[in-house]
Parts: sequence; C-alpha cells; structure tokens
Amino acid sequence: MSVTLTERAADHVQRYMAKRGKGLGLRLGVKTTGCSGLAYKLEFADEVNEGDVQFESNGVRVLVDPKSLAYLDGTELDFVREGLNEGFRFRNPNEKDRCGCGESFNI
Amino acid sequence: MSLLQISEPGLSPEPHQRRIAVGIDLGTTHSLVATVRSGSAECLPDGQGRILLPSIVHYAAGTDPVVGQDAQALAADDPANTIVSVKRFMGRGVADVAKYGALPYRFVDAPGMVAIETAAGLRSPVQVSADILHTLRARAEASLGGELFGAVVTVPAYFDDAQRQATKDAARIAGLNVLRLLNEPTAAAIAYGLDNASEGTFAIFDLGGGTFDLSILRLTRGVFEVLATSGDSALGGDDFDQAIAVHWRVTHGLADASGRDTRRLLAAARSVKERLSAEESADAQVTLTWGQQLHLRLTRAEFEEITAPLVQKTLGPTRKALRDAGLAVADVDGVVLVGGATRMPHLQRAVARFFGREPLVNLDPEQVVALGAAIQANALAGNRGAGEDWLLLDVIPLSLGLETMGGLVEKVIPRNSTIPVARAQEFTTFRDGQSAMAIHVVQGERELVSDCRSLARFELRGIPPMVAGAARIVVTFQVDADGLLSVSAQEKTTGVSAAVAVKPSYGLTDDEVARMLREGFDHAQADRDARALAEQQVEADGLVAALAGALDEDGDLLPPPERERLDAALASLAAARGGSDHRALKQAVEALNRASEPFAARRMDRSVARALAGRRLDEVPTK
Repeated sequence: MSVTLTERAADHVQRYMAKRGKGLGLRLGVKTTGCSGLAYKLEFADEVNEGDVQFESNGVRVLVDPKSLAYLDGTELDFVREGLNEGFRFRNPNEKDRCGCGESFNI
Repeated sequence: MSLLQISEPGLSPEPHQRRIAVGIDLGTTHSLVATVRSGSAECLPDGQGRILLPSIVHYAAGTDPVVGQDAQALAADDPANTIVSVKRFMGRGVADVAKYGALPYRFVDAPGMVAIETAAGLRSPVQVSADILHTLRARAEASLGGELFGAVVTVPAYFDDAQRQATKDAARIAGLNVLRLLNEPTAAAIAYGLDNASEGTFAIFDLGGGTFDLSILRLTRGVFEVLATSGDSALGGDDFDQAIAVHWRVTHGLADASGRDTRRLLAAARSVKERLSAEESADAQVTLTWGQQLHLRLTRAEFEEITAPLVQKTLGPTRKALRDAGLAVADVDGVVLVGGATRMPHLQRAVARFFGREPLVNLDPEQVVALGAAIQANALAGNRGAGEDWLLLDVIPLSLGLETMGGLVEKVIPRNSTIPVARAQEFTTFRDGQSAMAIHVVQGERELVSDCRSLARFELRGIPPMVAGAARIVVTFQVDADGLLSVSAQEKTTGVSAAVAVKPSYGLTDDEVARMLREGFDHAQADRDARALAEQQVEADGLVAALAGALDEDGDLLPPPERERLDAALASLAAARGGSDHRALKQAVEALNRASEPFAARRMDRSVARALAGRRLDEVPTK
C-alpha cells in the first residue's frame, strides 16, 4: 500500500507549507459526493487522526485515513501546469471514470 | 480537467463548489490580480508571464478595446483614443479633470462624471475601468480554471463616495461580484500580516508611477482606522525618469530634442533607473531620429544626486500626515513600502532614516496591495481555516452629515466610524405647517455646509401640517461595508418616507480631502464662531417672524411708547443680524426678547380672556 508525490508536487507542497508557517504535512483522502460518486480531498494536515496511515514521499509527510486508502492505493500526486492554470492532479490507478470536469470520479 | 489546490484542514470544497476569489489592485498606472492558492497569496501572470497590466485602454471603431501593453504601444500614435491613467477621472466632473492640464482627450460633460469621446463612441471612466477589470477577470478565470466567486477591489484611502461607487460600478460592469472595496494601505498592511497583531500604528508609504500617497493606519481590535492621509498627486517614479532624461539632455547638448527623441530618452532613463536599484552603474544606447547614436551612462551616485530633491519631496507629506494624526515618528510601529518606485535604494534609506526603522520590503512593492486584497477575498469567500475567522473592519474617511437651518452641518456619522454602520437622528420642522423637508447630505469635517462637499439632495414631502417642532423626522444614514452611503428619511407620526442611494455628482480630489481634514483642525475656533453666529441668526429670524405674526394679530394691544421700544429693539436686532459678531447678535436677541415680554403678557391675558368668555367655571379644563 502506498501513496506518493512526484518531485514537482513535493517541491510545491514544501513551498506552500513554508509560507503557511505550520502543519505536519499533507492529508489526502476521498469523500462520497459529486456527480460521479467520489471526490478527492487535498488538505494541509495539522494533526494526526486515529488510524491514519502515514507515508513519506520526496520529503513530504502524507497522511491518509484508512477508509480512503482503499481508493487511493497506488496514487501518485502530481503538480501540473495547463496554460495559465496550475495545480495538483491525482494519478489514481483505481479510477474507472470521472465526470467531465474531473472533480469527482468513480471506482 | 480542473486542477486541485491544497485546502485548509476540513475545508476541501465539494466538487463544483470551489469558491475562487481574487484581489484586484486597480491602479493608476498598472493593475494586477492575485489569489490565494494552496494557502499562499500570489499574483497571476498573463500568458507571457507578465504580472503588471498597464492601466491603458485603446479604442477603435468596430473592434473590441485593446488593454494593457498592446494599448500602451498605440498610445504614441493615437493618443486621443488611448486612455491612460483613467483612475484620475473616476467619479470626477469636468471641473476636476481640468486641473490635470492639457490632456489629449475629448472630454464630454456627462451627468455625474466626465465621459471621453473615442473612435468607439462615448466612454465613461467607469467603462474604461471595466475594460481593464474585464481583462484581469479573464486572466484569473483562465489561471484558476473556473468562474470567479468574487473579488475584492482596492481603492485609495482618500477615495470619496463617488469614486468608490464608480469603482464598484466598473467591477459590476466587468461581471465581477464585488465582495468588498478595500483601502489600498489597508490591503498592504494585510499582505504583511500586520492585522495579526493586536494593535499598532503603521505608515504606508506608496510611491507609484505618478502619485505619492502616505497613509497612517491604526489597528485596534481588528479595526484599521485611517488616521491621516497625505501625498502628492503629481509625484512618482516617472519624475525620476524625467530627471535622468533632463540630465542627459544637458550633458549631451540635446536641449531641443523632438518629442519622439524625448520619448526614447525617457525609455532609456527608465531602464537605467531600474537597473541602478541592483547595480552600481548602468548604460543605455539611444538612436536619435537624425541617426546619431548616443551612449548614455549613469552611476548610482550620480542618479542619487540628481534625484535627491525628489526623494526629499516625499518627506514633506510624510511629516504632514504624522502631524495631522497627532503622532511623533516614535509612535509608528511599522513602515510598509508600496509601489515600484520604492525599490530605489536611496529612497529606502531616506524612509529608514526618517522613521528611524527599516521599512518592510520583503514583498514585491508592486504586488503587495493585490496580495492583501487576495487574502481578504479568500477570507470573505469562506476559505479560511477554523480558528482563523477574522473580520477586518474598515472606516469611513470623512464625516457624513446633513445641512440644518443656517447652513450648518449636523454630523450624523463621524469620520473613522467602522463600517458597515447605520445611524439615525431625529429632526423636526422649523415653520408652522411646513409640508416638505429638503435633505442635503454632505461630507467633510467643517461646521458650515459651504465648506463641505455636497453629496446628494432629496426631499421628504407630504408632511401633514403641524406646528413648528411637532413633526418627528428620523433621518437614517447607512454605510455598507464598501463605504457606500444610502440615506432615508421618515416622518414618524404619518410614516411618510423618502430615501436616496447617494450617487453624488462628483467626488473630492485627494488634495481636497487632505485640505478639508486639515482645515477641520486649523479652523476649529473659526468654525465654532461661525457656528455660533449661524445659530444666533436662526434664533433671530425665528424671533422676528414670531413677533411679526403676533404684531399682525394683536398689535392693537400695544400702547405707542411700548410699540416704539419694540420697534427700536427690532431695528438693532436687524443691524446685528447683518453683522458677523455672534455675541452682539445674541445680546440683540436677548434685548428684543426682554422688550417683547410685556407684549407677550398682554397677549396671554387676551387669549385667556377669549378662552374663558361665555363659559361657566366648570367648563374650563383644569390641569
């Protein structure tokens, strides 16, 4: 079981964390919602919750709750630029299809 | 597909529910847009990596307006259709823009604000600003991958109601949901996180391309008050370019360079000036129109010497702002530099020397206002973490009030009141049977209406006939979070009401605001005298009117000698009424009051006699 960050994603996370001035690391998760059933959660983590599984990837501490991990195993978080837009993208091998906007997905 | 940003714990947005909020610095020379992404405020560049959008719009017949660098390129060839620094015209009338001297535009006196005749038709400054904002909105939506939830747009602290309203209108025309208008110095303070301190006094030193603004802010319990604003609306980075160009013209014997050559010299001067912030000397090559090649060179020491008077010029308004705020240099807890021109090392040294402390410079001075606006927008959109909820309050820059009898101002909301705010005050009628009341809304610190800025007039009609002083008219002033005013009036006994959203004819100039604030202090004594005089005049007029009515009705009650005494007192009151000594007038009013006492007693006897005539004692009402 693992969740990883690309080097570029890790660089950006570290930069944002430094500017924010606090936080343990990054919390990844899924929640049930949206037009295709599931949506990704991407948040700063200020505390460890009971049962959290922790990973270390390119120097960034990643926390995932056990329920989400089933959907996220093997996911790589990348940072991409598309035209003027830039941000993080989940590369999740479990994903079967997603809604047109990509904000929610299905397993 | 859309890309994700890191949210605060527990604040991951629902799909399609992201609240993208931006901060926009709508500047005189440049405009820019910023947002908070993954918890960090950053400015958004265009496709070519440029963050600053020149606030320049070019209009041509039958095509969309051209905004920014592309418009700048057209300015030299088509000045009449290329609107530069439109911010100066926001909320202003023809008389206001006249003071800018010769401008290449065809101004048209439109109701409320000037308009400019362009090849694409008549354009108001609001529309020109909207075109700039529209460009920034498109950039933000392309950069953030979605529609904007809302925007915070910044305005100078001294902007009056008309200019704020014009800015808000421009944003609406550009399709932006305005979360709030924010004062520029306040935005700069937020960008540096100064609002996280519990309290403090800060000087915001803003030297832009063409304007210099100094604001003194005080933070108390999350409220930023503008204690004083000062500045020079004709001093900026451009003057430093000019000084270099003049220096070269003298040293290279170019006294009669053509307009085009002057522009080339200025462009070289600007580039040399910018490089001298980091280097000890800089060179430039200029090819003059007659083919001559010029090798220009300037050292930092030379630059600092020729521009020392300009640096010195910023300190006058700085001193004045401190004086207006009643503060000493030692009372200032922090100094923030804003504007590209504050990158110049000798300017930073001068500011540090003046305040006796190093100014805050670690944020880009050209971005700091937009960054602060973005942080505020992010908070207003609800994207801040738990426990970080804060409410930043702003204040109104100048007092708002009403004209009362005698041309006096009754302040309803004093300056530096935190907004939003609503205040009500009760007024009454002055004459018997008065059926309408004119409500004149004014802004300023002085006691007399004629010394303040008129914002709006409206009338409350349909007051039922009552004796003077019986009607109860409640006038409510409401200022929303953007500093915009609406006024309503209601007669309490009948419920008759009238209201106006204040869209004043045109605004105050920054100099006017500064002058009015200063005069408010300087003229305190003169104002008190003027107020006392006006009050006595109202008193005198009321007394004369009442006496005239009584004489008409019951003049037969007066024996000739008493009538003569009364006429003499009336005459001396009329003389004092024409003078300017409120004490003399007061004495005359008191003298007439005394002289009319026996007459009043006789009238009272007569009316009692009339009331009792033909009645039995038990019919007379008892108290």
